Amino acid sequence: MDMMSFDAMLPVIFMGLMGFSMLVYVISDGYDLGVGMLMHRATDAEKDVMVASIGPFWDANETWLVLGVGILLVAFPRAHGLVLGELYLPVALMLVGLTLRGVAFDFRVKAKDTHKKTWDRLFFAGSALASVAQGWMLGRYVSGFGTGWNYPLFAAAIAVALPMAYVLMGASWLIMKTEGELQERAVQWARIAWAPMVGGLVLISMATPWVSATVRQRWFSLPEIIALAAIPLMCGASLLALRALLGTRHVRGPVSWLPFVLLIAVFVLGFLGLAYSIYPYVVLDQLTIWQAASSPEALKVLLIGTCISVPAIAGYTVFSYRVFRGKTGELKYA
Amino acid sequence: MDALLLARMQFAANIPFHILFPTISIALGWLLLFFRVRWLRARHGTDRASAQGWLDAYRFWTKVFALTFALGVVSGITMSFQFGTNWPGFMEKVGNIAGPLLGYEVLTAFFLEAGFLGVMLFGHGKVSEKVHFMATFFVAFGTTLSAFWILALNSWMQTPAGYEIRDGVYHVRSWIEVIFNPSFPYRFTHMVLASGLTCAFLLTGLSAWQLLRGAALRSAPRVLRVGLTVGAVLIPVQIFVGDLHGLNTLQHQPAKIAAMEGIWKTERGAPLLLFAIPDAEQRLNHFAIEVPHVASLILTHELDGEIKGLDEFRDRHPPPLPVFFAFRVMVGMGMLMLATSWVGVWLYRRARWQPERLPRALLWLCAGMTFSGWVATVAGWYVTEIGRQPFVVHGLIRTADVVSTKPTAGMIGLTLTLYLVLYAVLIVAYVSVLKYMAEKPEDVLQVEAAEEAATPVGVATSPVLPAGSAAWT
Repeated sequence: MDMMSFDAMLPVIFMGLMGFSMLVYVISDGYDLGVGMLMHRATDAEKDVMVASIGPFWDANETWLVLGVGILLVAFPRAHGLVLGELYLPVALMLVGLTLRGVAFDFRVKAKDTHKKTWDRLFFAGSALASVAQGWMLGRYVSGFGTGWNYPLFAAAIAVALPMAYVLMGASWLIMKTEGELQERAVQWARIAWAPMVGGLVLISMATPWVSATVRQRWFSLPEIIALAAIPLMCGASLLALRALLGTRHVRGPVSWLPFVLLIAVFVLGFLGLAYSIYPYVVLDQLTIWQAASSPEALKVLLIGTCISVPAIAGYTVFSYRVFRGKTGELKYA
Repeated sequence: MDALLLARMQFAANIPFHILFPTISIALGWLLLFFRVRWLRARHGTDRASAQGWLDAYRFWTKVFALTFALGVVSGITMSFQFGTNWPGFMEKVGNIAGPLLGYEVLTAFFLEAGFLGVMLFGHGKVSEKVHFMATFFVAFGTTLSAFWILALNSWMQTPAGYEIRDGVYHVRSWIEVIFNPSFPYRFTHMVLASGLTCAFLLTGLSAWQLLRGAALRSAPRVLRVGLTVGAVLIPVQIFVGDLHGLNTLQHQPAKIAAMEGIWKTERGAPLLLFAIPDAEQRLNHFAIEVPHVASLILTHELDGEIKGLDEFRDRHPPPLPVFFAFRVMVGMGMLMLATSWVGVWLYRRARWQPERLPRALLWLCAGMTFSGWVATVAGWYVTEIGRQPFVVHGLIRTADVVSTKPTAGMIGLTLTLYLVLYAVLIVAYVSVLKYMAEKPEDVLQVEAAEEAATPVGVATSPVLPAGSAAWT
């Protein structure tokens, strides 16, 4: 490979890294935001276990968002200004939500007992606000910030569907990490969240080609459509398997991890579909990744750091999940 | 109000709010490591009370660290977005320089802290002492590394070096020159010392409050001693480094110095203004109280040294009023810290490190100084950041040229209000929770024991050694 083509490859590599960070963020913060949104349905004792189950992880989970936005900022500075300028208000609302959720983690156990309820409510409200804002942003982004009556409607649909997906993710996490009554309830929650999540996914899959001509062309041209059909088919199979699994008692036994893994598969597939729709644009129909990218020199410097640190990050993330693996125990006051 | 002013106000609200928390966590990480070492050393000795005291100190202050860290993370995330929402032109122009510095901060530091924080906070008993100790070390190291990258970028914006401009876009010529730009060593040292001092007074203040309220842990007398000693040692060093930093600024950003000193016309033997109200309209000072020649003496080390006045930098100098007052607040706070820590150490030593023999007035003074580090740090950042105006990169790029044109003034005003309300609530909550923790420290440790019980089980099959194994003996 000569130097020119490597320089042209750099934006593609960083787009891939940014996508990977965002995917890891949506999956990992997805489950803990989901757990947050389920808080108001739980008893006080259950709330403590739910928070304990995500306590060691949420910091690192949120850091993937910083990395994703960081790569957007650093590798695609022109897109960063454009995207965040368009999403000014939902970004602010999401940040308020994430802030409230993040601080409630610590405040709820350290404040006076009389204030604990307030922080629990803020934990729920922050999780919900951040999830809805992210759904809206995703909807606006995927449709290339189009104007017209159908675009906000589309974004609103995703603003409902994404939180539902997070709730399902959170419930699956609890099925995996808890036992007894709470696990039982988590199965119920997952069953309730399944239908709206699937409905939202179908709706989005149908609406995306409708709002964007570029995507329509991508999806419905031969022979690509045959290869692409694998994505919705596998997605559908995973979701049906999940629904069937939630109806059996095995889900509370040895395969309690399976719903969570199936959902990860759904998220990864959805992400691949999205990536296929949008590439090579960083803002659909407006800005390609090469138009938005920083200079090759700057990207190379960053790439060196990335190659060293991303494996290290992966290493200690695995370590941390190993340390805290297994079921989250009951709260016992010493 | 126009969008530029609102965007600046929003950033000026968010940055100081964010810096409050890293200022504590940078040094607190290392102090936790110190408590840990003291406990590990004491626990095999005969002095059980001493061992328990250091362990309690570690546990109590880990709680403070967790809370502080959480606030730092959430406000830091806000910042990473506001670069794009408020200053898109900044990254478009200097993205090739600022980008990798910010990127390395996230990649090397942010993840290190966040990844090991879980193990540090909840892993006690789940991993070996050695692994837990290493996790604590990585968290402390990560916060310091984070400060390194961010201050490299900020210093580059103050004293840019190692760059070249091609087609209006900034490119890197030498990374060494970019990172180790002229003001970086001073600013980094100044900030790390500021963090140490902020922590020292936080330790001192909350321990004094515990002792005053009569609910003190066994650790409180020890932590009080650590806090006072660290403060007493660091404050003279800080005054010395601050002076060097000032001389460096005089060399590279003379307009900032002129604003700090309230000097309008270039003069020899410039006086030190103890008080004045600089008036940017009439370009003179009202109600000035001066000490002749002292400003020249401090800045040039000569009684008749020349200092350039603001009039030399028409349209290229910062608004003097906020810079002038912020500087006096910072220096004044430093002097108070010097007095408190030196008198404190002297009296505490004379009381043979027994807090019950200390005058209560001293404990009240210490409690009153709990957040003095915050005041000094924020004032210092206002000096350096407002002092750089009207530029975002000193001498090269004006702030007005990089502001976002996308959101309307109304939209920025709305989100500004939202952030201000949120930050006010969070600061009140943070301070009152610290106060509550200092009043009921036993409760805090009990909750911690319960949290540890609630974290996942599965130690028996763990590949790492259980706590208290031979790893450390």
